[in-house]
Amino acid sequence: MKMRKIKDLTLRGLTWLCAGVTAAMLLFLLAYILLKGVPHIKPSLFALHYNSENVSLFPALVITVLTVALSLLIAVPLGVFAAVYLAEYAKRGSRFVRLVRTTAETLAGIPSILYGLFGSLFFVAWLGWGYSLLAGSCTLAIMILPLVMRTTEESLKAVPDSYREGAFGLGAGKLRTVFRIILPAAAPGILAGIILAIGRIVGETAALIYTLGNTADVDPSRGLFTSGRTLSMHMYSLANNALYTDQAYATAVVLLVVVIGINALSAFLAKKIVKR
Amino acid sequence: MISGITVKNRSVREPVMRWVFTVSALTAVLAVGLICVFLFAGGFPAIGKIGVLKFLTGTVWKPTYDDFGILPMIVGSLYVTAGAILLGVPVGIFAAVFMAKVCPKPLYGFMKPALDLLAGIPSVVYGFFGIVVLVPFVRNTFGGDGSSMVTASLLLGIMILPTVIGITESALRAVPDELYEGAVALGASHERAVFGVVLPAAKSGVMAAVVLGVGRAIGETMAVKMVAGNQTVLRAPDEFLKGVRTLTANVVLEMGYAEGLHREALIATGVVLFVFILLINLLFSALKKERTE
Repeated sequence: MKMRKIKDLTLRGLTWLCAGVTAAMLLFLLAYILLKGVPHIKPSLFALHYNSENVSLFPALVITVLTVALSLLIAVPLGVFAAVYLAEYAKRGSRFVRLVRTTAETLAGIPSILYGLFGSLFFVAWLGWGYSLLAGSCTLAIMILPLVMRTTEESLKAVPDSYREGAFGLGAGKLRTVFRIILPAAAPGILAGIILAIGRIVGETAALIYTLGNTADVDPSRGLFTSGRTLSMHMYSLANNALYTDQAYATAVVLLVVVIGINALSAFLAKKIVKR
Repeated sequence: MISGITVKNRSVREPVMRWVFTVSALTAVLAVGLICVFLFAGGFPAIGKIGVLKFLTGTVWKPTYDDFGILPMIVGSLYVTAGAILLGVPVGIFAAVFMAKVCPKPLYGFMKPALDLLAGIPSVVYGFFGIVVLVPFVRNTFGGDGSSMVTASLLLGIMILPTVIGITESALRAVPDELYEGAVALGASHERAVFGVVLPAAKSGVMAAVVLGVGRAIGETMAVKMVAGNQTVLRAPDEFLKGVRTLTANVVLEMGYAEGLHREALIATGVVLFVFILLINLLFSALKKERTE
């Protein structure tokens, strides 16, 4: 009997220990980077142009915003419409639905380096776009598509059927019901998914190096065909260069703040759905 | 709301939009198709030219001499993935039990966002953390130059934690309470009921978590590349303090300047990785099916 008690206590202790180790790891990582990085955050880090003396992250910040915007512009309508099809129109369990679901799951499992490889073969080389904002954004749009699809579908399914019945009962058509009743009701969940997708784009590196290129400065005259690098890629270049360790810490802080903000926003929206 | 076409007539609008929705759903299928076509078409010629066996089992990778053997990288990927699983899965499972069955409610409100954040941290930040913290740590504690198999495993072990914990936790929560209550009614303690009854009942979910962890670890690129050393040498398992190169790192390191057969061989490296991933996906969906049935 005593042995068993010891065993129970050990097991319970182990669960506390492992959860504690996990939390401690996160806190250590955050604290380490914040403590080392915050003192190096200077206004010059946000200077308009990048050069080897002042490795400004501003151009990277602009490219990040543009990449996020462009990727969402492509992926959100496609993903939301696809989810509307799956949740509202498709016959449950039909062969086409199964195919769409299987391929979406496959997409979700593909690592980002393979997206990068595909993007560089298809958008950069085959379509001849070169390393460009457009090629990078299209690559990322495919990458986040399954995420947008899945979160949207889940939010659509969470909308009670009484909403649909009510709309039909009042004489609204299917399309009107979808756009005026169901999508607005599902909006917070869809938004939470989109914000998660933004987080993935902001954190992405491997899929972009050979699609967006990895150039430090931006050439605005080339428009969508300018190459560039996002904040994560900027961070990657700095981290691999011993000259810029301080700036790398500072850039890591900025990146972490952005990611934490995005996470908090997504969690806030997700909570809003649960409440309703 | 319905942009572009301003069709007034409902009898036209309905089928048109239905068609738009269907086509949108097709993009996922189209994307997978294109990815398969372009990766396979880009990689197969090189495998043909080099020879399947020579490519997959060759131990020398020297592009300047037209030596394209990727066995060191295949083995390298397997080593760091195995290491990550060895370190991450036990910790992850215990932590998941904590989250689902032990954690006091107020603490849960802190742990859940913490895990989400752990999942959201970009891999370059993990890689940078690896360079400035883990590499010196491994160098000073175990010797070697610090950029090694074990460093990469350690970092990947941390990175897969949120995946493993998240899926295991939801699998544990999906086990009907009756099982736990029954065990307790039969005189089992809380721990015994959880570890002896609930955890085994969630077995396929736990397996799915491991499989997904494997997928994440084997596909991770930047963080691994930053701490693994990247030597293209075939290592034995006991050389865990030496550097290895993974399949992913091979692509990202050389794709920027590779030309001709070298470039094709790198795409073929991606194809090998892709096949691994497809197998892992297949395994994962099989496990999921078992769970829902």
